[in-house]
Amino acid sequence: MLTCHHVTHLLSEAQDRPLSWRERIPLTIHLLMCPGCNNFRQQMTFLRQATRQYAQGQADCTDSKPPPD
Amino acid sequence: MISTAQTAPRAEAPTAGTLWDPAFLAQLRRDMVRFAQLQLRDPAGAEDAVQEALAAALSGQGRFSGQAALKTWVFAILKNKIVDTLRLRQRMATITPLVADDKDEEDDFAVLFNTRGHWRAEDRPHAWGDPETTLAQQQFWAVFEACLTRLPDSVARVFMMREFLDFDTPGICQELAITTSHCHVILHRARMRLRLCLEQRWFTTEAHPC
Repeated sequence: MLTCHHVTHLLSEAQDRPLSWRERIPLTIHLLMCPGCNNFRQQMTFLRQATRQYAQGQADCTDSKPPPD
Repeated sequence: MISTAQTAPRAEAPTAGTLWDPAFLAQLRRDMVRFAQLQLRDPAGAEDAVQEALAAALSGQGRFSGQAALKTWVFAILKNKIVDTLRLRQRMATITPLVADDKDEEDDFAVLFNTRGHWRAEDRPHAWGDPETTLAQQQFWAVFEACLTRLPDSVARVFMMREFLDFDTPGICQELAITTSHCHVILHRARMRLRLCLEQRWFTTEAHPC
């Protein structure tokens, strides 16, 4: 049985390398049962999206024009 | 005779929205300095990288369809300058080597979990809502930068090489002479710290006006 602590490592590594099926199967089963780790997984996806956007210099408010005087 | 200049602007005057708009360039430069400073953690080195990148990019500015395209291009050049600087530092051994202090750090995160290794109720990750809505808010980016700044230097270096400079983990291992497993531990550490910081400083407060 995977612990949530171990799952955070797998979900982080999934951002950097393909997981093996030996890792993926217990991970998938754990995620079916664990809302906390599911949120963690989505947070990892969010971090990747945020860093990509930031590194392209597009980290702006969509409406970043200064307000009129 | 009264000038009619205000109703007939000269054609070559910079206007808001063009690539030569001074306000746009000043803002671009500030964004670049912050980006370089986050990674190099050295104001003079960051300033040098930004100057070189801006000069290289603006010499070919006619090719760009707009400010967003120019900004993306300038940041791509800046990333290359940062990689050059990091490599030079690595060769000159002016950055502190990464030390394996995994044990202490793992114990820090252990407090988030109970004795069975599952999330403690108060530390269980929350849903962060719609990413697009969050990423469109300028205030979010200030918090994001603050959280990146709080990462310890050695953790930040590996994380930003991975996420900002597009290194894969074998590439990072090679550049920094660390093992793959150490690299994964450091990246996990960075993400755990970042998500905790964002959860505490952004996602638990209610209103975020743009």
